[in-house]
Amino acid sequence: MAQERKGKQPAARDRTEDAERIDAREADEGQMEKIDDLLDEIDSVLEENAEEFVKNYVQKGGQ
Amino acid sequence: MALPSVIGTETEFGIMVRDRPDYSPTLASSHVVNSYQGGRVRVQWSFEEETPGNDARGAGYETYGPAEADPGLINVVLSNGARFYVDHAHPEYSSPECVDPRQAALYDKAGERVAAAAAEAARGALPSGGELRIHKNNSDGKGNSYGYHENYLVSRDLPFADLIRYATTWLVTRQIFTGSGKIGAENGRPPVDYQLTQRADFFEEAVGLETTLKRPIVNTRDEPHADASKYRRFHVIIGDANMSEVQTFIKIGATALLLSAAEDGALPDELQLADPVEAAWRISHDITLSRPLRMEGGGRATALELQRQYYEWLSKYAERELPEPVWSQVLEEWGAVLDDLETDPRRCADRLDWAAKYRLVDGYRLREGLARDHPRAAMIALQYHDVDRERGLAYRLEERGDLRRLFTDEEVERAAASPPSETRAFFRGGCVDRFAESLVAANWDSLLFDIGEANLKRVSMMEPRRGTRDLVGGLLESCRLPADLIRALGG
Repeated sequence: MAQERKGKQPAARDRTEDAERIDAREADEGQMEKIDDLLDEIDSVLEENAEEFVKNYVQKGGQ
Repeated sequence: MALPSVIGTETEFGIMVRDRPDYSPTLASSHVVNSYQGGRVRVQWSFEEETPGNDARGAGYETYGPAEADPGLINVVLSNGARFYVDHAHPEYSSPECVDPRQAALYDKAGERVAAAAAEAARGALPSGGELRIHKNNSDGKGNSYGYHENYLVSRDLPFADLIRYATTWLVTRQIFTGSGKIGAENGRPPVDYQLTQRADFFEEAVGLETTLKRPIVNTRDEPHADASKYRRFHVIIGDANMSEVQTFIKIGATALLLSAAEDGALPDELQLADPVEAAWRISHDITLSRPLRMEGGGRATALELQRQYYEWLSKYAERELPEPVWSQVLEEWGAVLDDLETDPRRCADRLDWAAKYRLVDGYRLREGLARDHPRAAMIALQYHDVDRERGLAYRLEERGDLRRLFTDEEVERAAASPPSETRAFFRGGCVDRFAESLVAANWDSLLFDIGEANLKRVSMMEPRRGTRDLVGGLLESCRLPADLIRALGG
């Protein structure tokens, strides 16, 4: 009996977590639509050749 | 009440010449500082007056010799009372002395405009095709950090040992709302996808004098740049430079409240963490804000819970002691941030850099199906901090209303040119404006004039709340020549 309960609990938790994950994904998708326009704008001003830029970005240490 | 007399911030900017990684950052920084066309005068910064090796803990701790004076370093004093110079291969803007957190946030922001204007003016000095990039950030993502410091001039009556006891947990836990956000970990800390702050990984000691290696949470540099028998400067080196005006305001405002309450004995408990150095990076590495920290003497609490405790104490303290509206605005903004961080940190994307940047980086990454370490994701995280008004992604967010502002562009432009009225920065800035050609040297607490006589004339400013518009505005107006000013001041 105790064994069975132990077996069930994780399954129940998994279902809840799955549901939460789906909720979260849907919420994220809503957010994504809202910021789609923003991301387009960012794309248009983002430095060209990002890989090279980021690689070259080495600063001397400071305070 | 024991509010700091004056407050100011220092920003070391990241700098690079695009497509020329070999170009000396010190030379590039020199061009930037030298090219600034706003109100300014190039001076000798009086290094002999500075004592960065003095330790607030007293005799026996001093480990530095005199500060190294490099004659190649370039210093200008601006008409807004700030210092703009080359420090450790970075352009650095040290704001003028300000009287409250709102003003301090405004003059902090003005530094971005100064740096951007200077970079634009420096284009001609670069090799052909070279383009400058200047970022208000604190890490290159490759293990190199450069500072952002806050300065609070507090009373010497507040014993330094008390300051250490009260400020350590404060400085570590406030990172939940002071961070600018960073992809990955540095300096040997455990790997993490994204963290709250740029600086936390680099803090290795609880208390100490260093600022460039083995950085301490509480820095003991005892160099008030004012009457040392009355004041001490609390030099905070663990904060991030923020693009968000609201965030800078909360960071400085809430910290000023903490210092005032500490001096007034209004904090019931020290809230000591068992291991503040470990807590510093653990808090930064936890974007869920949910992991508890071990407390000294047992028990556990999250950074958010500890901040809630501070809020309860400091809101009561401020309501009792501080009637000025700026303090209720600090409490309102700080309280709202704590509420939103508890409900859903994503709500803070309109005022905290780490949350705003996370929204951009993660949104873009998901949409484009990019890996977490994709260069374009890293580029977004970096370009968030670009001080150019067109390229800087934080500014794009501001313009869309996605990142709240406290100030108008006009206010920021004015602050880049004109000093605060209520501190000695007014006198310094006024002298730059009117008598630039006679100013030969300066530091925070004095100005040195050459008025054509045998001796140079030094004007001392040991009281940061003198030299104000009320006290010297008329005098500055009435003096046509610097010699008139020196005579009027009794020189």
